[in-house]
Amino acid sequence: MDFNDTKEEAEFRVEARSFLEKHLKPKDANSPRRPSGEDFLKRAKEWQKTKAEGGFAQITWPKEWGGRGGSSMQQVIWNQEESKFDAPTGPFTIGLGMCVPTVIAFGSDEHKKRYVEKALRGEEIWCQLFSEPAAGSDVAGVKTRAIKDGDEWVINGQKVWTTGAHFSDYGIVLTRTDPKAPKHKGLTMFIVDMHQKGVEAKPIHQASGGREFNEVYFTDVRIPDSDRLGEVGDGWKVALVTLMNERLAVGGSPGPDWKEIMEYARDTGSLSDQAFREKLADWYVAAQGYSLTKFRTQTALSRGGTPGPENSIGKIITANQLQDICNSAIEMQDHYGIMNDTDTMPANALFQQSFMWAPGLRIAGGTDEILKNIIAERVLGLPQDVRVDKKVPFDELKQG
Amino acid sequence: MNFDFSEDQKFLAGEARKFLNAQCTTAHVREVLNDDDKSHHDGVWNKVVEMGWIGTAIPEEYGGLGLGMLELCVIAEEMGRALAPVPFASTTYFFAEALKAAGSEEQKKDVLEKVVSGEVVGCYAASEGPGNPEPSKLKTTFDGSKLTGTKIPVTDGDIATHAVVLAKEGSGASLVLVALTGEGVSRKKVSTLEPTRSHAEITFDGAPAQRLGKAGEGEDYHNRVLDHAAVLLAFEQLGGADRCLEMATEFAKDRYAFGRPIGGNQAIKHKLADMYVKNQVARSNCYYGAWALSTDASELPEAAASSRLAASEAYWFASKENIQTHGGMGFTWEVDCHLFYRRAKLLAVQAGSPKVWKEKLVSALERKNAA
Repeated sequence: MDFNDTKEEAEFRVEARSFLEKHLKPKDANSPRRPSGEDFLKRAKEWQKTKAEGGFAQITWPKEWGGRGGSSMQQVIWNQEESKFDAPTGPFTIGLGMCVPTVIAFGSDEHKKRYVEKALRGEEIWCQLFSEPAAGSDVAGVKTRAIKDGDEWVINGQKVWTTGAHFSDYGIVLTRTDPKAPKHKGLTMFIVDMHQKGVEAKPIHQASGGREFNEVYFTDVRIPDSDRLGEVGDGWKVALVTLMNERLAVGGSPGPDWKEIMEYARDTGSLSDQAFREKLADWYVAAQGYSLTKFRTQTALSRGGTPGPENSIGKIITANQLQDICNSAIEMQDHYGIMNDTDTMPANALFQQSFMWAPGLRIAGGTDEILKNIIAERVLGLPQDVRVDKKVPFDELKQG
Repeated sequence: MNFDFSEDQKFLAGEARKFLNAQCTTAHVREVLNDDDKSHHDGVWNKVVEMGWIGTAIPEEYGGLGLGMLELCVIAEEMGRALAPVPFASTTYFFAEALKAAGSEEQKKDVLEKVVSGEVVGCYAASEGPGNPEPSKLKTTFDGSKLTGTKIPVTDGDIATHAVVLAKEGSGASLVLVALTGEGVSRKKVSTLEPTRSHAEITFDGAPAQRLGKAGEGEDYHNRVLDHAAVLLAFEQLGGADRCLEMATEFAKDRYAFGRPIGGNQAIKHKLADMYVKNQVARSNCYYGAWALSTDASELPEAAASSRLAASEAYWFASKENIQTHGGMGFTWEVDCHLFYRRAKLLAVQAGSPKVWKEKLVSALERKNAA
């Protein structure tokens, strides 16, 4: 038992690090936690291009798609090293992590030639259009309608929580093509050009006050039948491939951790409080539990295995812990803690800001409850929930 | 990255599980539970001694197998899973580790070989009453040759042949080795929540004893022994917690209510998912503790604390919610759930309760972040 790389892993790490050092600055206290904006997007595109040229974009993809043909372990090493630098990666996470793999799995040769390399080089950004106002955890309940018209499909409906829709060039959209079929059977997936007429992305005013996510409206949007992914009615099968990649694409929490609240408590004179010390111990143990679980996964990869279900515990731990830490940091300051001015508050009001982000993290990419269902059903083998909608035509289902 | 046990270590764990599945079932555990005169299971203990497990991490020069701490960790997990009703932890994690940490060459030669052969059964006596024993406030005293005072409770104190005792010597504390079968020692069994692991009150009245290590350095040795024992106990806790999760999962699949398995209800599914998360957090922390223990890393204090805390929490949660999942059946004497509930509590308070270890952990983190 040790934490060392194998010889090959160490060589790859050195190669990755020297590439990163050549192109980026190491992360420091001033690096933004949730960067956004035009300049950031421009930087992100440039960095993606640099990575692609250096052979570090999508390390596990085959060379024919512009990947490196490398191992999952090399991807883990790259991610570890890249995360130490101020690397603008966010805008590509969903496209390259979820959408383009779906295009590779279900698209035609023309699709792959047209889209894959451009995405890899950061020239085009992709978004995932699944969730709807009435289809969140139960995402197969989408209502966005696609109706065949000659060689085209006409799309009408609304998507929601679409990360990056306003700067995306293409998307994959899950639609209902047969409302008479049961929920999972009447779906079809398409590639959609986000710049075309009838597609409108509007930012959502989030509970946190920010506007990072979008709702996307489709009004008589026409998509050629050739941009269909998979068979008509097979949309759920296609979506599952996208969603399987989600767990790998959605990262951990960017919020303050046990170390930051420990420093905060020291600076504000609360570190001697016994109740706080006990909570701090709990946070440390849980955070260590998650980081060390990632090392176990990495070990499995290093030994040529596949990652086990251990990873599914990650977001349950990190999102809840973030919320708890922020709550404690605010209460530590009593009435004063309610103030959130970034210039005057300790730690630049990071805890107050993250307090308002935390509820979203517990929902995005699978709610706590859905993740627990996944652990219960897929890891422990417990029976599925009762599904009263399984055999009922979609348009006869109760709505509300 | 190599953050897992080796194939050989996993093989050892597999063999230990096979052996214990056959030789140490809950029927064996119940023989001790249901008989007030039984302090442990003789048959199981003799076989454990025969297997040589006590000597797993004892160097060959002292009669051990000289394998190492990682090997002892995987055996500990299996012992915990099997609820082994034997003085293994007392003898191996506490007594032998105390000798290894503080004993002179002569003391180690003298005693460890007999520990491995089963001739010496050890225990570790620190507690003197309510609260975690503070070395500066001990009432048991050692004058350089004789030991006086009362220790209560001492796990396996009634069956051990020898004890390592934390005692006051001058203005400091010392670790002291004493034979329990000789003069000046009286002991009586005490009743506890966990009858499958016996406990005693031991009174020393000028019992002849010898110091381990230097006078007044007992507190450092004591902390070192506790750090070692914490990791090993954590593996026992992990084994027990995983067994509880398996029991609850099996029951939830087989038990029908309202026309379907109870495990199809989210109230049960989410409870068991929570159990799984806590067990994984415990497992990963335990592995880190095992690594720190096996390499004698400077991170051992926080690694020991976090493995112990994670495993105590996991076992507490798994053992209580295992009963809950079993419903009324789970509250009967005949169903095994309460055996784990009892053991979970003993392992969580033996060597200091979570509040003690949380403070140790935060103090270690403070030292580290100040440095």
